[in-house]
Amino acid sequence: MNKKRIGLKIATICFLFITLWFLQKLMVPKYVTAIVEGSLIEEYYHEETDHDVVFIGDCEVYENISPITLWEKYGITSFIRGGAQQLIWQSYYLLEETLKYEKPKVVVFNVLAMKYDEPQKEAYNRLNLDGMKLSMEKIKAIKASMMDDENLIEYIFPLLRYHSRWSELTSEDFKYLFKKDKISHNGYYMRVDVEPVKSIPKGRKLSSYQFGERSYYYLDRMVELCKDNDIDLVLMKAPSIYPYWYDEWDEQMREYANKHDLMYINFLDLIDEVGIDFNVDTYDAGLHLNLSGAEKLAVYFGDILRKTYGLEDRRGDEELKKVWDEKVEFYYSMKEQQLRELEEYGYLKSLGVEKRE
Amino acid sequence: MLFASYGFIAFISILFIVYYLIPKKHQWKLLLFASYVFYLFAGPKYILYIVFTTVSTYIISLRIDKLNQTQAQYLAKHKKDLSRADKREYRDMMKYRMRRWLVACLLLNFGILAVVKYSNFAIANLNAISRAFGGQGQLSFLNIALPMGISFYTFQTMGYIIDVFRGKYSPEKNIFKLALFVSFFPQLVQGPISRFDDLSKTLFKEHSFEHRSFSFGIQRIMWGYFKKLVIADRILVAVNTIIRDPEMYQGAFALVGMLFYAFQLYADFTGGIDITIGIAQVLGIEVQENFNRPYFSKSIAEYWRRWHITLGTWFKDYLFYPISVSKPMMRVFKFTRERFGGAIGRRIPVYISTITVWFVTGIWHGSSWNFIAWGLANCVVIIISQELEPFYAWFHSKFNVRNAFGFRLFQVVRTVLLMSSIRMFDCYRDVPTTFRMFGSMFTVFNYRELFGGVLLDLGLNMADYCILLIGLILLLGVSLAQRKGSVRSRLAQEPEPLRYAVYSFMFIMILIFGAYGVGYDSSQFIYNQF
Repeated sequence: MNKKRIGLKIATICFLFITLWFLQKLMVPKYVTAIVEGSLIEEYYHEETDHDVVFIGDCEVYENISPITLWEKYGITSFIRGGAQQLIWQSYYLLEETLKYEKPKVVVFNVLAMKYDEPQKEAYNRLNLDGMKLSMEKIKAIKASMMDDENLIEYIFPLLRYHSRWSELTSEDFKYLFKKDKISHNGYYMRVDVEPVKSIPKGRKLSSYQFGERSYYYLDRMVELCKDNDIDLVLMKAPSIYPYWYDEWDEQMREYANKHDLMYINFLDLIDEVGIDFNVDTYDAGLHLNLSGAEKLAVYFGDILRKTYGLEDRRGDEELKKVWDEKVEFYYSMKEQQLRELEEYGYLKSLGVEKRE
Repeated sequence: MLFASYGFIAFISILFIVYYLIPKKHQWKLLLFASYVFYLFAGPKYILYIVFTTVSTYIISLRIDKLNQTQAQYLAKHKKDLSRADKREYRDMMKYRMRRWLVACLLLNFGILAVVKYSNFAIANLNAISRAFGGQGQLSFLNIALPMGISFYTFQTMGYIIDVFRGKYSPEKNIFKLALFVSFFPQLVQGPISRFDDLSKTLFKEHSFEHRSFSFGIQRIMWGYFKKLVIADRILVAVNTIIRDPEMYQGAFALVGMLFYAFQLYADFTGGIDITIGIAQVLGIEVQENFNRPYFSKSIAEYWRRWHITLGTWFKDYLFYPISVSKPMMRVFKFTRERFGGAIGRRIPVYISTITVWFVTGIWHGSSWNFIAWGLANCVVIIISQELEPFYAWFHSKFNVRNAFGFRLFQVVRTVLLMSSIRMFDCYRDVPTTFRMFGSMFTVFNYRELFGGVLLDLGLNMADYCILLIGLILLLGVSLAQRKGSVRSRLAQEPEPLRYAVYSFMFIMILIFGAYGVGYDSSQFIYNQF
């Protein structure tokens, strides 16, 4: 085989790989203007500094607490590694992965995920896992999360999963092919709109209120992991009134926290103390807090964290301040933009939110 | 393990590498191991069936061979002592003993096939008869799952034992080699049904890596996946939408469903066979072709010589001819000739054999009245076209159109439409529904609706139809090109950049436009179910 033929073969293989890489980039959902939750996990890798507190969990963390407020008010640096319906094993492996990059002083886990003992839906798996960098933690998280019809290889090579999007490509797919806009504020997904709570739900009766073995297994591992790394683990239940948080569940978490000497805070019991007004502090009738609610919770919770775990005020650190000033600027510019949109259209058009009648 | 799965692709990739790395003398052993691993994925308990077929065939084939040798030795030893009549008597006696072994083997193995495949069909019919006569008691259905590929490997193995009985070749003395012949994984699930003397030439040979056969094999595998994933599994959605709701989709939709199913089945089955032959080719093994562009046939008889060729020749060699020349059939021939004269007398035994073969062909495809009706419908068309031969001869003597393109096209289209309409029995849930849907094509005049966008309500969008159209054009183009010889051979003569561009294009087409992964119900190959 002469050199020319070998060269041609190598060139073909390179061309094929480049084409496949390009196609993969093109086909994977961009999560910039629609279902932006898919971008949250990935944004962590752009962080330049470490964090005092890392939040992990489902939408009840990434929509209910403002890290910028924690910084502005207490000088606490934090990041939310949250994802839509993040399952506890996903939280665990995300934490394991996070610890490869930094050692926070405190980890806060939102306990709503304890209710799920099995993988739930491919779409949510994707929102939590696609953004993770390829690592052993990611592979373990995938294996723990896959539904019956899912396949590990489709996570490692997302083109195999998203190839069928060829007929649904939009201008967004081309625009954000190589570069994406920042979506979150250290993992916090901002919403300034308001939809007041109309009624307080009553939980329907369940056949069993016992959290599953698998949930406890990963919670135990999380406790162990934090202990091994000298990290304080806090269990929280965010003040979201949907999905319903049963007393029986609360009791189990209290018992667990007592047994393992952990702090457990159920913010549903502290609505008045936090100052949440469900007429103005939620954007979807109590499911999630809006910016005003998230800031109130951050103020209240930050104070507890600061006092309990002796978190220092780091606002005096010039380098850190420089980084956070940028974040603060982005935070307020987005807030302003959303308020402008609300005023102009009556709803958040840029987030693909449907207009409320 | 489905052919259209990541697991299978990983499985064959590892196999290809290991196959050419190990000492050549162990290659066939690796294939046996791989075949059983492949079979184990279908369920460990099913392995007992294939092992039983292998062992019983092995023992009986050796027994028959032993009798053959004894006969030869005896006749050689007593060449001069025995009269011609004595020799014949001895031969008949030995033949009888060999036949007893053969029949035992056939009964055992076809018996297993009958029990696992047809018990519940028989029970359902007995229950229906019982109900019709007011009977109260109903037999319970058996809980037996169909072992993977049982119809294929049973036929292949029984073909082997019949050939041994006929003295076509000596039996395989190494049981593990026979086991590989029975279980060779690429052809296990949907054929082709190979003959031992064909397949063994290359199956047990030592193979060195050859770039050409490797490259051709990979190309053939890719072409198979293209047909299966881009065409068959895409069109499957529309076919299922139509056939699962016969009340809603009648008339024009039944016609669309019929045609779509014809494309789906062709792409699915030939795609599967392409993958099978391609895998074998990569391994240096020659497997017999199973298709010869059947949709270019000008008659049903020709179609059946070009579609599922190995099944057709199996039935011809092991069922049609033996029935036709059997003693009872000779008696029938004698009787009908005396009773009805030469012309009719000759036909009746042939038709009895033909009907038997088509009945068995039908029921081989599936244990339901639909398949029996499908087989008999084929038979009726073939017999009618045979009876119309004199008319055709008269027509061609009057009109010189035999070689006219338009007439040949008419013949091809007629054959495709006939075959497609007979195949409607495959699709619908029962025979009456099939007749109703077939009739609706002529009684429900909703053809205008087809142009009003309703095709987009069948589960396929415009983009899917575009890909489908491109796929079908490519399929037609390749079929036309194949008339002038192997497309791959001609491609191999093209400049390398062009070749690599074609390979890359095919690969990307499958990857992007294939109907696989989450959100697609990537189905089994249709013939896996037989």
